[in-house]
Amino acid sequence: MSEILAYGFMQRALLAALLVGILCSTISFFVVLKRLSFLGAGISHTALGGISLGLVTGTDPVLTGSIFAVGTAMSTGYISRIGKISEDTVIGIFYASGMALGITLISTFKGYYPELFALLFGNILSVSAGDLIYMGLALVVILVFVVLFFKELLAICFDEEMAEAAGLPVGPLYMALLAAMGLTVIVSIQLVGVVLVAALIVIPGAAAYRLSSNYRGMLALSLAVGLTGSFGGLLISYYYPVPPGAAIVLILAAIFAAAMAVKPLLEKRGPAKG
Amino acid sequence: MERLIRAENLGVTLGGRSVLEGITFSAVEGELTGIIGPNGAGKTTLLRAILGLVRIRAGKLDVLGVPCSRLREVRPKIGYMPQRQSFEKNFPLSAADVVAVGLLSPSAMLRRIADQDRSIGAALQSVGMEEYTRRPFKDLSGGEQQRILLARSLVRQPVLLLLDEPNAGLDFPAQQSFVELLQKLKQEKGLTILLVSHDLVSVASAADQLVCINRTMHIHGRPAEVMNSPYLDQAYRCQFDFLSMKEKRGAAGE
Repeated sequence: MSEILAYGFMQRALLAALLVGILCSTISFFVVLKRLSFLGAGISHTALGGISLGLVTGTDPVLTGSIFAVGTAMSTGYISRIGKISEDTVIGIFYASGMALGITLISTFKGYYPELFALLFGNILSVSAGDLIYMGLALVVILVFVVLFFKELLAICFDEEMAEAAGLPVGPLYMALLAAMGLTVIVSIQLVGVVLVAALIVIPGAAAYRLSSNYRGMLALSLAVGLTGSFGGLLISYYYPVPPGAAIVLILAAIFAAAMAVKPLLEKRGPAKG
Repeated sequence: MERLIRAENLGVTLGGRSVLEGITFSAVEGELTGIIGPNGAGKTTLLRAILGLVRIRAGKLDVLGVPCSRLREVRPKIGYMPQRQSFEKNFPLSAADVVAVGLLSPSAMLRRIADQDRSIGAALQSVGMEEYTRRPFKDLSGGEQQRILLARSLVRQPVLLLLDEPNAGLDFPAQQSFVELLQKLKQEKGLTILLVSHDLVSVASAADQLVCINRTMHIHGRPAEVMNSPYLDQAYRCQFDFLSMKEKRGAAGE
């Protein structure tokens, strides 16, 4: 382990795994409870359009990708509410349109863009100090939002109509949750890439949901699963010739499969205490 | 007795379509008012108008002594139980967590709710579910879940309770038990209750008055009067035969 920490790039990668692991696990909790899994996949693919736009125009692709991701998330929420169309339908449209924009812009590239490959498939080992600052800021902003409004967000996920009847600002809180989701997606793209990022914001919450009958236990388990996946994948990719993004997602998938297998055994032994 | 709800020629339009028109009724303090009507009659919209969740286009609506424009002031005094399909049935909450949701309000945001455990305990006790505090909500039967959701709407000690089809999806004994519980709450706490239901016989036996709507006002009055009225058939566009099975068997000479 000390050998790993001797390298600066690995120190940064481990810190990135910690930050993104916490961020994704927290958002994953709400994504699973509010059934927004497809939205996560959609946002990441839409972000490709923003990233490509950044590369073509010489702007920071993370910045343009962030604008696209947050904009897509909030627009999806707004359009689905105003037009009374399900989020799945709206994101289905954004998903394809964002990808189409990305492909069109990529086809105009005249040079070689190594950043594009990294953003498509992720490269945690190339995380810079600037990236870490961006991830840290995103984590602080999102955690402050979640901690301050946790009980209201939980109520909206459980029974939106009741939350609305209680006078809670359901619309603004939901839009803020979607914006947090968009921000989380774009931050996580640097780890696992556009193609695989949905796994980071779906699997930790899904595995925890399977194993826990209490939201406190689910949140704690989601964090444990997310951090195990991000650190485990990073370590595997250090010792074996496996891309870190793919390793992270495969570990998360294995944990989910284990949760599916273990749940019936836990039920036989008695009710979950989670 | 004070009239806690007064609706006069109430009209509501949603998405450019008139959903309610000319609704006039009042709910008297301490009484149970049944709201009946066919599917799409606007019963839920009427409850949402009373909660201030939909804008009133025409007429007048006073709730707990204030006009609908100032409903925010009296909202904490109104308990609401939406339809069963409004919540996630497998949500990882305990019974106490579900009841705690009823304590949320704009004024409770960003702060700790005082006496939360005591309020939750009292609400669960009022519906006879105090032993279920830590039980996972998703593991409870339909009837038990309904009682927990009722406790949620009672946790802020409202004076007016709005219930939207609380009996839907429950078997007959669970329905009976739930209606008996409502009667008990009405008597013990002096609650004024508005109950939307499709079960005409059950609501007629429990209610002090019935309001029958189908986008427009059809009839309101004491249950016996409404149930025997031709306006009821008109509202539902069918003919009712409210003879009980027992009476039918008697008539057939069985």
